[in-house]
Order: sequence, then C-alpha cells, then structure tokens
Amino acid sequence: MSTLTRLIDHLGDTLGEKAFDMRVVRENELHLRLAAGTPLALASTLEADFDFKLALMVASDRRTERSCFEISYLFASARENLFVHATKDVPASGNAARSIATFSLPASLYEREIRDMFGILFEDHPNERPLVRHGFWPEDYFPLRKDAARVEFADNGQSFPFQRVGGEGVFEIPVGPVHAGIIEPGHFRFSVVGETIIDMKARLYFTHKGTEKLFEGRTPTEALPLAERISGDTTVGHAMAYCQAIESLAGVDVPNRARYFRVVLLEMERLYNHIADFGAIANDTGFAVANSHCMRIRERLLRLNAELTGNRLLRDGIVPGGVAATASLSDPARLAGELDSVLADFEEVVEICMRNSLLVDRLEGTGRLTRKTAEDHGVLGYIARSCGIDVDTRRDHPFAAYGKLEFRVPVLEEGDVKARALLRVEEVRESVSLIKQAAPRSTEGLRSVLLRALPAFEPAFGLVEGWRGQIIHWVMADEEGRLTRVKIKDPSFVNWRPLSFALLKNIVPDFPLCNKSFNQSYSGNDL
Amino acid sequence: MTDYLLQLINVALVLAVSPALVGLIRWLKARMQNRRGAPIWQPYFELRKLFGKEVVVSDTASWVFRATPYIVFASTLAVALLVPLVRIPVPVALGSDLIVVVYLLLLGTFFLALAGLDTGSPFGGMGSSREMTVAALAEPTIALAIFSLAVGAGSTDLGRIVAETLNAPTTVAAPGHLLGFAALFIVMLAETGRLPVDNPSTHLELTMIHEAMILEYSGRYLALIEWASGMKLFIFLSLLANLYVPWGIATSNDPAGLAVGLLALLGKVVVLGCAIAALETRLAKLRLFRVPELLSVSFVLALLAVTSSFVVR
Repeated sequence: MSTLTRLIDHLGDTLGEKAFDMRVVRENELHLRLAAGTPLALASTLEADFDFKLALMVASDRRTERSCFEISYLFASARENLFVHATKDVPASGNAARSIATFSLPASLYEREIRDMFGILFEDHPNERPLVRHGFWPEDYFPLRKDAARVEFADNGQSFPFQRVGGEGVFEIPVGPVHAGIIEPGHFRFSVVGETIIDMKARLYFTHKGTEKLFEGRTPTEALPLAERISGDTTVGHAMAYCQAIESLAGVDVPNRARYFRVVLLEMERLYNHIADFGAIANDTGFAVANSHCMRIRERLLRLNAELTGNRLLRDGIVPGGVAATASLSDPARLAGELDSVLADFEEVVEICMRNSLLVDRLEGTGRLTRKTAEDHGVLGYIARSCGIDVDTRRDHPFAAYGKLEFRVPVLEEGDVKARALLRVEEVRESVSLIKQAAPRSTEGLRSVLLRALPAFEPAFGLVEGWRGQIIHWVMADEEGRLTRVKIKDPSFVNWRPLSFALLKNIVPDFPLCNKSFNQSYSGNDL
Repeated sequence: MTDYLLQLINVALVLAVSPALVGLIRWLKARMQNRRGAPIWQPYFELRKLFGKEVVVSDTASWVFRATPYIVFASTLAVALLVPLVRIPVPVALGSDLIVVVYLLLLGTFFLALAGLDTGSPFGGMGSSREMTVAALAEPTIALAIFSLAVGAGSTDLGRIVAETLNAPTTVAAPGHLLGFAALFIVMLAETGRLPVDNPSTHLELTMIHEAMILEYSGRYLALIEWASGMKLFIFLSLLANLYVPWGIATSNDPAGLAVGLLALLGKVVVLGCAIAALETRLAKLRLFRVPELLSVSFVLALLAVTSSFVVR
C-alpha cells in the first residue's frame, strides 16, 4: 500500500467529514479541502505520523468567484517525493481564520504576512506585530486584495517600536537601512553589553515592491522576466521554480534536453554565488587577497554564463516548457575543462585561506546556530546543511534531471561561520561534477514544448533547490489563462530570523562576518 | 637659525610626502592582491576633492567636533617638527623629547575619541571606546620601547638617541634594540590603524575602529584628519627607521649630507611601507578581543627591551 493511500485512509479516520474532495493529482500530490478549524489537526497528524513539514501557506482572494478568501497549506514529505495540498475557505469578512501559528514558527510568519497583505485576521495568533507592513501604510490598505486601490503614501518619519532590552550597561546600536557598503537595505537593532550582543532585531521589507501583485494579470510568458528578477542573484532558481509551477499546471512534460540544460544553469548559478560568498567571507576578516581571487574566478564563470544564455546572470535561459531557443551549449567538453580549471583555481584559494590561522580563528565558533534553533525556524539550504540538517530539494523532491544524476549532499555539524563557508566549498565540488554529468546530455533533442491552456483556478507549484535553498512558486490562473495569484517563497523568508539567534553572545565586530555567511536575500524576502 | 629653518623643512617634507606613502601602500597591496590598484598619487586627488567639498555637521555636534580636525592636524605637525627626520641634532630649544612626542600624538587621539562621542552617533561612540582600548595599551608601549634606547643613550632626547646609536653601531644588534624594534613595530600597526588591529579599507561600519570615530566627518575636516593619519604613519615609520637604523641621516648642514639624509629617509620609509603592505596582504584581522593580547605581547617585548638595556649596560 503506497504512502498516499495510507495517508488518505488515515486522514479519513482522523478528520472524517472535515477533510473532503480528496484527490491525487500528478501522481504525488494529494489535494484536499478542509473545513474551518481543522488545519492545525491536519498539520499535527501529518507531521507526527507521516513526517510531512509545512512548506508554504498561500492566501488568495477568491471573493469575485466564490465570495471568500482561500488559504492553502502545502506540506512536503521529508522522506518521499510526496506533497499534501489542503485548501480552506475564509469568509469574505476575513476575520475568522483559526491560527496554526503555534504549530511552527514558519506558520506564524506566513500568517503574519497574510494578515498584512490580505487583512485576514487570525484568531489566537500569539504575535500581533506586523511583518511586511511598515507603520506608515494606510490602515485599511491590503495590497494583495483584488479590490485594493493603488494609493500613494510616503514614510511619515515615525520610528518603529523595537523591543527594548533593559538593564544596566545595555546599549542599543541601530544600523541601517542605509549602510556604508553597497548592499540592500535592512535595519538591524543591536542590544549590547560592551561589545557582546545580547539581542538583535532585524527590520526588513524596505525593498517591498509588490512583486506578487505584479504577476497578476500577466500571461505565463509575460511573467517570466518578472520571475527572473525576484532576486538578482537567483535568476535561474526563481525562473525555474516559476516555470515548473506553470508546467505542472499546464500538465506538460519538459523534454530531456531542457531538463539537463536546466541542471547546468542552476549549478552554474550556485557556483558563481558560492565562490563569491567564500571570497566575501574571507574579505570580512580583512583577508582581501582571497576576495580578489574569488571575484576573478567569479568573473570567469560569468563569462561562461554569457556563452550559455547570452546573459552574465543567466537570464533568458529558461522558458515555460523548456529552455530558450537562444540558449545553447555548443561544446560540453570545453565547458567541463573550464570548470575543472575554475575548481582547481578555487581550491587553491580555499587552501590558502584555511592555512591562515588568523582567518580560521575568526571563522571558528563564530555565529554558531544550533540544530534545534534551525529546526524550529524551518531553516533551508546551506544554513540548514551546515548545522546538521540533511535537506536538499534536489534529492528529496527531484526536479529537472536531478533524479538521473549522481551527487552527494554534504552536511556539516558545527553550524558556525566556518561550517557555512566550508559547506559552500563542498557544494562547489558537487556542482562542478553535476554540470559535467549533465552538459553532454543537453546538446541534442527538443528544446521546449508548447504549453497547453492553463486550467482555471487550479493550484500548482514548483520546487527548486536554488543556491540559497528551497524556492517555491505557487501559481493559479484565471479563465483567460492569465495568472491570478502567484506566491513566491525564497528561502530567505525563513532563513533571516535565525540570524539573530546565531549572533547571541558574539561580539559586534563579528556581525558582518555572521551576516555574510548567511547572505540572505533582502529582495527575495521583501518581495 | 639655519637649524630651525631646516627643521621646518622637515615639516614641509612630512606634509608633502605622507599622502604618497599612503598611496604607495595601497598600490602595493592592490598589486599583491592581483588588482591593478589606483596610482600612488591618488590620495592627493582625494585630499583636493575633500577640500573642495562642503562640510556637513550634525546638529548635535559641539565645538569639540569642529576643533578636533585642527587639533589633530596641528599636533601631528608639531610632532613632525620635533622628531629627527633628515638631520640631527634637532635644535634643543624645540625639545625633541620622547615624552613630548608621545603625548602630542596622544593629544590627537584623545580629541578624535572626544569628537567620536560628541555627535552622539552610535558608531562614533563604538569607535571611540575601541580606540581608547587600543590606545591605553599602545601609548605606554611606545614610551617604554623608546626608553630602552634612552637608557643606552642616557637621554630622552630623540636626536641624542639617534646620535648615540650612530656612535656605537654595535648596539643595533643588542637584544634590547631588537626587542624594542619589534615592540614599536606592533604598536605602530595598532596606532596607525593597520591590519591585524584595524582594517583601513573596510566598508563594514560595525568592525571599524579608527574609521568609526571619524564616520561623521566630511569635506575639509575629513581631509585634515585623513592627511594627519597619513603624516602619523610617515612619522612612525621614520621614527622606526631613524631610531633603530639611523645610518644615512645628516649630522651637519652640509647640502650633500642633507641630500643623502633625505634619500636615506625616503628609502627606509619605502622599505617599511613595503613591509606593511606585505604584512597586510598576509594577515587577516584579529578578533577584537584578541587585540589586547597582541598589544600585551608588544608591551612585554618593550619591557624586556628596557630590562635588557639595563642589564647589558
């Protein structure tokens, strides 16, 4: 008996009439609808009995068609390539949703986001504070509602109330949102005793651009450039998750050549980002040599990128249904040779760094994130893998051609800056090997297939292990085949919070180092 | 009279050459880091640019903030007037005294720290507190390291110390001499904000020491402070060169001797500048709480230098 059949029986037993319309879609997705008040029971039984984790929560405004809001919960199995997608209705008044915030921290974050964007209130939510919304937004402005008017408003100069840390000798250091270097905006409020950090609160969402709203009303092809620009350094990751969601919705199968080529693109993106990150971590310890060499190696990779897709940041490579006609890999042997030389080059820089005892001393034990904290926050990507959590979407929910390729998922236990730096090195090695396997198989065959018409008001999603971690795009189209709701989850959404826990008991001058080793996206989080 | 005029030329020399020294170290570092690097006269352009820019001063700043750049600049110039650079002896009436020099340098640091606190910005306060932690350990080491030489020379006059070393060349290899050099070199790195104590090229406001204190400065104020830091670096390197390897320094006002003295000084400073660049390329920055350990080491070295100077004598 397959897990899905057991799951259906079990849900029938535990939830009874409250779970209905159960159907298996695309072989590995169980879709169902929930009666009011049952999500917590569903989440608990899924986690306790089947090891499913909450991967995403999506609200959508269906008041025009169904006179209610819908909230969908996506659960992903930690052991098999299985998903449960449950949807419940929330009355149009928007004030009667039961909270599942007590189930997990990510759930609490999703609910706060939904509350800010849709004005849906959750009963018994333990955290009243807004998440996305800055204080100067008009009270009744909920931008993701379909009838939200476009209003003009500006910062009113009021400060954001931070939790004060009291006590003798406790000082606050406010940093940002404008920084001395060229980085994205975020405000960090440190409470310190001497140089020791005893609390750090981050205020993000300064780059909130209404990305999800901008998807609405576009055709799948029109929305692709938008997906590529969600976070500048994750072009392929987001474009791929988006395309996979669209393909899943349209029910088309991507040709083999495109699958392998997508692997090449995604791993190229991982390579150039990981190598640049390693250099930047070394640079933050004052070891600028490593940084300039890593930037040089990154440049070599960007030039290879330009040969692949015509764009140094790998834009215009992936299209819904396959890969772009303009993207091509003419000489896989040369690419493999170049990558071997890049890897050797990088390994030398890593060796020089790791033999520098001053540098290693700065990395060791700095910014340690415990496994427990990481698990509580549902942390993803290299941050999870550097503190002993073995998750990787490429292996757990294979997409593109990963099911047919050989690779290892490196996991380190220490959870400090050094582990996060060395994990990147290990992943660089794996990426080179993956590209060398995939490249020869991505030169011949059909590049892409035509999309079929998108079914109206059906949910579909795509998961990708971007270089930062798991990216999810959730899409729904209307009767005309235009997108009516797109939900994007960048791993930064769950990975930002644990930073303040990793910082505890570290000293202020080590913050940039910790932050760099996390290197989360502001744009991908703020959307 | 010529003596005083020549000593004034010292000052002009320090003023003119110090930006090039900063530029040279930056250029060398860039080359060693596989970068092309800005030309060595880039700091001159930067100074000219800063002098041409308007000064932005925080509303909360007091007179301390406005006076500090001038105090720092003037006290550094005064030090340049007092130390033996191209020729000895330094005219006695100027008082080329070790203690005067050390405390004139400290005066600038003290006012910079005050100015950092003055605007009430958290970075200024952070920088000041860190700078004071470093200075409290660095200043006594400077005095002590030079004392080890003073013991040998029987005088705290820097000119006399240099002259004594010239007279007795074998003392250069004496343990007190070598230990003192090591101690002063480490302190020089700390005092002039170089790696591994401070990173002069960082953009990370939370890790800065010297840069955090002067984060609020702009325009000509910043130009004065930057220029003074360059001069301080030049003076420290010249002191290291002249106190420990004095050969080449002019002992009279003979033009040929002065020319040799000038070339010798520049040569020695360039060699030390190269050493700094090489060191900064090899080293990473110490964790802040490790800095006192490094400075304690240099203090102990200086203490040993003094002790051995007594013993050997």
